Amino acid sequence: MAQRTTEIVTGLFIIAGLAALVFLALQVSGLSPKSDTDTYTLYANFNDVGGIAPRGKVAMAGVTVGSVRSVTLDRETLQARVELAIDAEVDNIPADSAAVIRTSGLLGEQYIDISIGGDMESLQPGDRFYSTQSAMNLERLITNFASGK
Amino acid sequence: MMDNIAALGRLGLDVIATVGRAGRFLTGVLVGVPRPSVGFPLLVRQLYSVGVLSLAIIVVSGLFIGMVLGLQGYTILSDYGSEAAIGQMIALTLVRELGPVVTALLFAGRAGSALTAEIGLMKATEQLSSMEMMGVDPLRRVIAPRLWAGFIALPILAAIFSMVGIWGGMLVGVEWLGVFEGSFWGNMQASVSFTEDVLNGVFKTVVFGFVCSWIAVFQGYDCVPTSAGISSATTKTVVYSSLAVLGLDFVLTAVMFGDF
Repeated sequence: MAQRTTEIVTGLFIIAGLAALVFLALQVSGLSPKSDTDTYTLYANFNDVGGIAPRGKVAMAGVTVGSVRSVTLDRETLQARVELAIDAEVDNIPADSAAVIRTSGLLGEQYIDISIGGDMESLQPGDRFYSTQSAMNLERLITNFASGK
Repeated sequence: MMDNIAALGRLGLDVIATVGRAGRFLTGVLVGVPRPSVGFPLLVRQLYSVGVLSLAIIVVSGLFIGMVLGLQGYTILSDYGSEAAIGQMIALTLVRELGPVVTALLFAGRAGSALTAEIGLMKATEQLSSMEMMGVDPLRRVIAPRLWAGFIALPILAAIFSMVGIWGGMLVGVEWLGVFEGSFWGNMQASVSFTEDVLNGVFKTVVFGFVCSWIAVFQGYDCVPTSAGISSATTKTVVYSSLAVLGLDFVLTAVMFGDF
């Protein structure tokens, strides 16, 4: 085969490889060029975070509006302190909204749901959710039910 | 008794000598980079025969492996009513494990054995010695382009394999068995991370590409220059490459995904 044809076919081969990598990045891993700069931070304290971990989902009315950045223990209150990164365009969350830990499906993964309040004021970057509701512990629920409490 | 101990010692010395030869050979190849004007056309020709010509087997196997994953995953997951997680299962299996490993095994069988046989025949027909007589270094002229071509081609082939496999899984899962397409891609994108999963998979293929091509060209260069020698070198290439890939895969997986 002529050298030029070989070169063209090889070039196409390399382009196909790069295209496959781009496909894996964008379509499979959902990597988007969005950076961290267009989010703002809110905090929420929970008695029990259950299975919430960094990169977890934060949703509002079922729509994903952000992600969990970190989960740490608050040394003063001995509660779990969750740092949430919320999309900057969702800047009108009412100040009396509650952060609730929910499970998607019966055995699905847990996520943080923001249940919307009615306040005219909205939460500012760095604010903390006033009311929270911890993860439902299935095991404790069953124990309580079995012992008749 | 003493004969047996001596035989064991001879075996050990042989192994060490081979490893030493392979190391010196690799240094010779890596140090002797030819001038770009000479080396680049040689590299392109080898990329064509190692990479482009392996494309057919990679695409067909990727498609069927993805389709089988779709079928098996659906059967198991639908017992728990969670067949929407099939996209996540297919993507993670392919990107982390099956993509790199199966591509490397196929590559060793398709391209590695061909490299060994070609170089071995060059040695048996004394083409390599005549090159040396003409003052051309066969390591630079013959071996280096083939080693680099394998090293470059395997990651590309593995990326294509994973992509075709995921597409095949979608074909079975979404088009045939009726999993909702939105949750297929959505679950996949929520659980596959670009750096943790995709880039670690690419890193695996880079390691496999290096090891497979090194074994293939070294076995060819080091073979006994007879018909029987070439045939045993070709067999060794496939066996050693496969074992090295599977062993290294365990080590790399333990380092990348193990929690310790």
